Amino acid sequence: MAEVASSLRAEGVVDELKKCGVTHVVWLPDTESKYMYDAIQAEPGITLVPICREGEGPAICLGLLMGGKSPVLLIQNTGFFESGDAIRGICLDMDLPLLMMIGYRGYEPSGKPMIDSAGAFTEPMLKTWGIPYHLVDDDSHTPRIGQAFAEAREKSHPVAVLIGREYQ
Amino acid sequence: MMDGLAALRLLSSRRTNEIVFTTMSTISDWSQVSTRPELDIAIIRPMGKNSSMGLGLALARPDEGVWAIDGDGSLLMNLGSLVTIGALQPKNLVLVLYRNGTYDTTGGQPVPGLGNVDFAAIGRGAGWPSAVDFHDVAAMESGLDEALHVDYPLLLTLHVAPAGRRSFPELTSTPKYIRRVQDYLSKRPVAEQPYRPGRD
Repeated sequence: MAEVASSLRAEGVVDELKKCGVTHVVWLPDTESKYMYDAIQAEPGITLVPICREGEGPAICLGLLMGGKSPVLLIQNTGFFESGDAIRGICLDMDLPLLMMIGYRGYEPSGKPMIDSAGAFTEPMLKTWGIPYHLVDDDSHTPRIGQAFAEAREKSHPVAVLIGREYQ
Repeated sequence: MMDGLAALRLLSSRRTNEIVFTTMSTISDWSQVSTRPELDIAIIRPMGKNSSMGLGLALARPDEGVWAIDGDGSLLMNLGSLVTIGALQPKNLVLVLYRNGTYDTTGGQPVPGLGNVDFAAIGRGAGWPSAVDFHDVAAMESGLDEALHVDYPLLLTLHVAPAGRRSFPELTSTPKYIRRVQDYLSKRPVAEQPYRPGRD
């Protein structure tokens, strides 16, 4: 039997965000997200909020949540590290029910040791901070986004989805 | 330079229903002059994110006014937010820069670029349509109404004297402030008309 090539379509991810009722995507693009940008831009129900540095993101999401909106934060793992104090002080200390979609730069789907330290430190960092996370690197995984979104709401706590593949 | 409390008292006198974010030393100062403490949110930590929090709320509720009060030390930690806000142009956001040139909270050390940084120029250069500075109370008294009725977002810089270290509320207070304002907003139906200063 021929092996089916896996993929992660940006449109499928956006459809999942729409199902969750997401109103805003607060984001800073990473090297793997061009198609995601195009897909969100094409979706009139979701507003893109571009930021200059990832640390702005949790604060903007807090304001949006206060005003009754449903944001998600879309950044790369490098930006996750950069925004560390904002995630600690806002998402964790203020019990923010926020879904963070984090591009998993350096991820090795084969299970080989990660060479890129951005990848190697991502899961240990999430574990240290007690942030639950789920891997999405195939179209069949996109329902995990909705599950993570619901989990964040139920626990009133940040939850991460690690995007392990370039969007197509 | 103005007395900070005098400047904030003047600002507070022009408030109707604006949601106000304060942080660091401005928590204590604003709490002494605010007449609507139920609409105040004291952000005890992290430092430097008030402009971004204010932006998020302003985007979520364009019918409500949002004042984010930041010190210059705080804004310098998140200077890129001026560009983010300048690009998004929220028509209901005032960033009040409480400029005293020092980190009062840590003992009065000068902030980088003390006296050399023109925040209004940075704001205008980042696309803010309006940036107004007040250096003395008399000028603020006579010019504040006009300043608040300009094209938003507005960067309102108050040049105030350092005032030493002030106390903070408990760290655990912030989520309570946030829930209180969240509840208030959830009970106010979203108005069809955009925000206008002075409107109830």
